[in-house]
Amino acid sequence: MSPLLEVKNLRIELTTRDGVAPVIDDLSFTLNPGETMSFVGESGCGKSMTALALMGLLPEKVGRVAAGNIIFDGEDLSQASDERLRAIRGNEISMIFQEPMTSLNPVFTIGEQIAEVLRAHQGLSRKAAWAQSIELLNAVRIPNAKSRVSDYPFQMSGGQRQRAMIAMALACQPKILIADEPTTALDVTVQAQIFDLLTDLRKQTGAAIILITHDMGAVAEMAERMIVMYAGRKAELGPVDQIIEHPRHPYTKGLIECVPHIQSDPSLERHDLVEVPGIVPSLREFGKDQCLFASRCAYLTEACLASRPTEKLFANGQSADCWHAEGL
Amino acid sequence: MGILRTILLRVVYAILLLVAVLVLNFSLMHLAPGDVADTISQSMGGADQEILDEIRVSYGLDQPFIVQLGRYIANVAQFDLGYSFFYNQPVTKLILERLPATLLLVIAAQIAALFIGVVLGVISARKPNGLSNYVVTFLALFGYSAPVFWTGILLLITFSLNVHWFPVAGMRDVTIEGGFWVHFIDVARHLFLPAVTLGSIFLALYSRLSRASMMEVLGSDYVRTAKAKGLTSNQVVYKHALKNALSPVITLAGLQFSAVLSGAVLVEAVFSWPGLGTLAFQSIIARDTPTILGILFFSALVVIIGNLLTDLALRLVDPRVGGQK
Repeated sequence: MSPLLEVKNLRIELTTRDGVAPVIDDLSFTLNPGETMSFVGESGCGKSMTALALMGLLPEKVGRVAAGNIIFDGEDLSQASDERLRAIRGNEISMIFQEPMTSLNPVFTIGEQIAEVLRAHQGLSRKAAWAQSIELLNAVRIPNAKSRVSDYPFQMSGGQRQRAMIAMALACQPKILIADEPTTALDVTVQAQIFDLLTDLRKQTGAAIILITHDMGAVAEMAERMIVMYAGRKAELGPVDQIIEHPRHPYTKGLIECVPHIQSDPSLERHDLVEVPGIVPSLREFGKDQCLFASRCAYLTEACLASRPTEKLFANGQSADCWHAEGL
Repeated sequence: MGILRTILLRVVYAILLLVAVLVLNFSLMHLAPGDVADTISQSMGGADQEILDEIRVSYGLDQPFIVQLGRYIANVAQFDLGYSFFYNQPVTKLILERLPATLLLVIAAQIAALFIGVVLGVISARKPNGLSNYVVTFLALFGYSAPVFWTGILLLITFSLNVHWFPVAGMRDVTIEGGFWVHFIDVARHLFLPAVTLGSIFLALYSRLSRASMMEVLGSDYVRTAKAKGLTSNQVVYKHALKNALSPVITLAGLQFSAVLSGAVLVEAVFSWPGLGTLAFQSIIARDTPTILGILFFSALVVIIGNLLTDLALRLVDPRVGGQK
């Protein structure tokens, strides 16, 4: 099966006051049709940057694709014209954002904001697009869609707004849906509902999903494969169950250990909650030829500081960029 | 229902406010030295105390302040603003003759300033480092710092005296004959320079504010969403961003409405525009108290109506104003 999306040696540079920093450095991965792939990592690791690059929405004049290719359906998006990217955005690749509270335009009705996408990409008439918006709101399980369609975002709850965002993103039946921390701003019960909805919709539409999240539970439940990102570089990539079972990168190991577990016997003494010590290095460090995780790593050796780790491939499909991957 | 209720409430407030304006204006005028009796006696070439007292009695000026105030308010409630001894006309008639000219000038200036200001603001917000940005900043600074009478005289000299594009003064050319459109164009030609002059100050304010507001909105999440939907950059800017960026500009325009009205006094003087401003100026010189009070009353009325319209405009732009269904 040929991949739907193939990212090859992608390098994204941001121009900052201190000079040019590679916020994504030599990233390669593939995404198969209908697959769910998860991006995991701390804030500032380049997950959202990757998503924006796929959409062709890197911050103007500040960010650019410096090297590498983004091949979608046989077409290199890193070379595509603005016109072409616009035709793909919201149509074949669409995105749900982190903040449902601020990501919807406050002065237009929900229906108008959904219908607009249909008019732009499918050339539907006003009436047909409006009718289709009602269908979509139904599909994302907003009760009484027929009357809610003319509501403004301020008249909806956070969960409902995120549902509306999902309806908007799925309006043109995209091949890839990028969900950038879709549940971060929502409370736990609503989070579960949104993930259920995404799972169901994926089954119905067959869209591939790129799920960017901090939530290891969501990754385990939703995704087939995952990429762990650290400081703009790939740390580890592979099938979710394999990685959670046996992480090959110290950073992945740390992230998994951070997740608290419910004990079957509540009277037992609890384990201390573990954290990954230290913080993500500043953008100035990003281009260095060494392991960027070294300063926070328990397995640090001289090799880690001498040069950037190369990718180690394992038989089970896992790969890790660490000098000590085999030993872990 | 919401809108009707709001309008009704605002009308009640407006009436209370107008009564307060009447009381305050009347008291202030009463405190000022000199009255109609002085003016009349002056025009007669002087009079003795006896005649002065006689005049005061005949105009009710000998009554206690509170009685005069009560009479005045009662009269206003019946749309009678008194009688101008200077113009020998009822004040209401006098003002209603002049009001349309002022309203025309004020509204034309306000609309032009808003429209051009917003367009300039948007253009410079889209390219914060472009040439257009510096042009807008310069124009804004110039418009804001140049005194309105100076701008007016400068425009007059340039466009009326030197190149004869526009008439020098007045509101219409009495020698012109023709149908509605002929007169319409004639008035528009007369209106152009005064409206530009008056608008220039406010143009500066509106363009600066819409630039700032637009830049803020362009960085917001929902603009990113709009881009992610695959809309064209014009759709993103003029549909999604502009409607949000307009709210603060409309609010400011509403607040500035009274300033535009007072600016009109100066502009009318420069261009001999036959409006309330000219009337106000003449009646202050003549100590024509009823006319001055009448003009102040109408100004307050116009400002209150302007604010009400601003509120309604805000509701159109932003559904969050005015609360939930």
